[in-house]
Amino acid sequence: MNSFQLLEYGAWALSALLGLWMLFDMIKTNKAYDEDLLTSSKEGEIDDTLVIDPTHQGGHQ
Amino acid sequence: MTQSTAVHGEKISLLRVLGPGHVWALGVGIVLVGEYMGWNFAVGKGGMIAALIACWVAGLLYTCVAMIDSEVTSTVAAAGGQYAQAKHIVGPLMAFNVGLYLVFAYTMLEAANAITLGYLVQTVGTMAGFSDVHDKPFIVLTIIFLAWLNYRGVYATLTVNLVLTAIAFIAILILFAAVKPWSNELLDHKALLNGLPYGWLGVIASLHFGLWYYLGIEGTCQAAEEVRSPARSLPLGTMTGIMTLLIAATMTWYVCSGLMPWEYLGQAVTPLFDAARLTNSMPLMVLLFVGTVFSTLASANGCINDASRAWFSMGRDRYLPIWFGAVHPTNRTPYRSIVFLVPVALVFAYFAPLDQVITFSILSGLLGYTYMSFNVILFRRKWPLGTIKRGYIHPFHPLPAIVLLVLCSVTYFAVFLGYGTQLVAMLVFFMVASLWFHFHRYQYVRRGDQFTMQWPRPQGY
Repeated sequence: MNSFQLLEYGAWALSALLGLWMLFDMIKTNKAYDEDLLTSSKEGEIDDTLVIDPTHQGGHQ
Repeated sequence: MTQSTAVHGEKISLLRVLGPGHVWALGVGIVLVGEYMGWNFAVGKGGMIAALIACWVAGLLYTCVAMIDSEVTSTVAAAGGQYAQAKHIVGPLMAFNVGLYLVFAYTMLEAANAITLGYLVQTVGTMAGFSDVHDKPFIVLTIIFLAWLNYRGVYATLTVNLVLTAIAFIAILILFAAVKPWSNELLDHKALLNGLPYGWLGVIASLHFGLWYYLGIEGTCQAAEEVRSPARSLPLGTMTGIMTLLIAATMTWYVCSGLMPWEYLGQAVTPLFDAARLTNSMPLMVLLFVGTVFSTLASANGCINDASRAWFSMGRDRYLPIWFGAVHPTNRTPYRSIVFLVPVALVFAYFAPLDQVITFSILSGLLGYTYMSFNVILFRRKWPLGTIKRGYIHPFHPLPAIVLLVLCSVTYFAVFLGYGTQLVAMLVFFMVASLWFHFHRYQYVRRGDQFTMQWPRPQGY
């Protein structure tokens, strides 16, 4: 096995890791929060005061 | 923080953290790869001069797109961009189609970028002396890594795009300066320019790939719900973006057409990198290789951002299952839409040939531009100047809309010359999808909820 093949295996492994991480996080989030809350976003909304998780307001506190 | 039920009044929305620089990076980032590769097939279709005419005619087409888009999107500040515009200005069926154009255009472009990146890594491996090197692991890694980045948050995603795009653009500027355009030391246009070998039909045919110089600049308005000041940032980011691309496109043509014969340039895979190789400068070669890789990554990254916003917006309005309209509570991204589109991009990147993927992307974009010409005329007629607040007013209306429509018609003919079957197949697909939406899906749409803009009643209604 040459070093480029190692690189290829590394790419496959990293892809699998990131893909599984996203899937795991998505399933975890879907279970942890109410569906009405997750789909509560409204088009063009600029009011940030009602959103949960105040640490993630992008400097709008 | 986790919670199992929603407290009354609590909402989760996308995060407003972006500035005009991010908007610029989103638009130019998607497109700049077209300067590094793809535009030069226009040379093969009609020669050097035809490619220059295509560059400027397509530039005019996209200047119209950018002006029209800047005006409309400065009033419809919603994720989904042109989809949301169509919903408010034309109607649900047009909006559904525009949403599909956007998702197809960006997902196909993302797949094309991943294929290209895989090819570049494979080429490096072969040049380094390795045998039996594969592109597939790097195609898959590109798509999944960038999807993961998008999943984690929009600010980091578009800040990465800003850095990648700025470096790729600066690389073009440095190459332009390095070939000394004021002298004939390296460039030899007199010997290399070959007129119009296929006449004016070649010029029309070259328009197909002339779009590649600018395809995707309209993607800036997908960030409408995530910029801090949409009415200011979107027009500013979009208009500076099209100016950047006009400069980069003209410089790219000038450098490449002065260094390579048209027979080679017309089928080269990486023309700007090849131009750097012809200067015999190792730092330039490294810089332009880095520029090629960065522009490809930035394009795929922006495409994931835009396709997911369009898909998310359609889900939120129940044009698609509402499940897609969810926002991640901590990352504040449309996470389900991002994850859902990953396998779609992978299938096209893994199994479809590059030219077919690119053509489907171009056709979807072209259908969107055609809609925009009608859209802005209806917009001005229903809400004339002064009736609603606009962040930007485009000049000479309705001339840009008419020019856009004419240029789109000519480009359809150009695409038909090379890819008539794909053009017809695409139109049939959208007709079938429209029938499905009209007779099946629209019953699930909450008709009152989808119109959110605080606009006065349109004139004539």
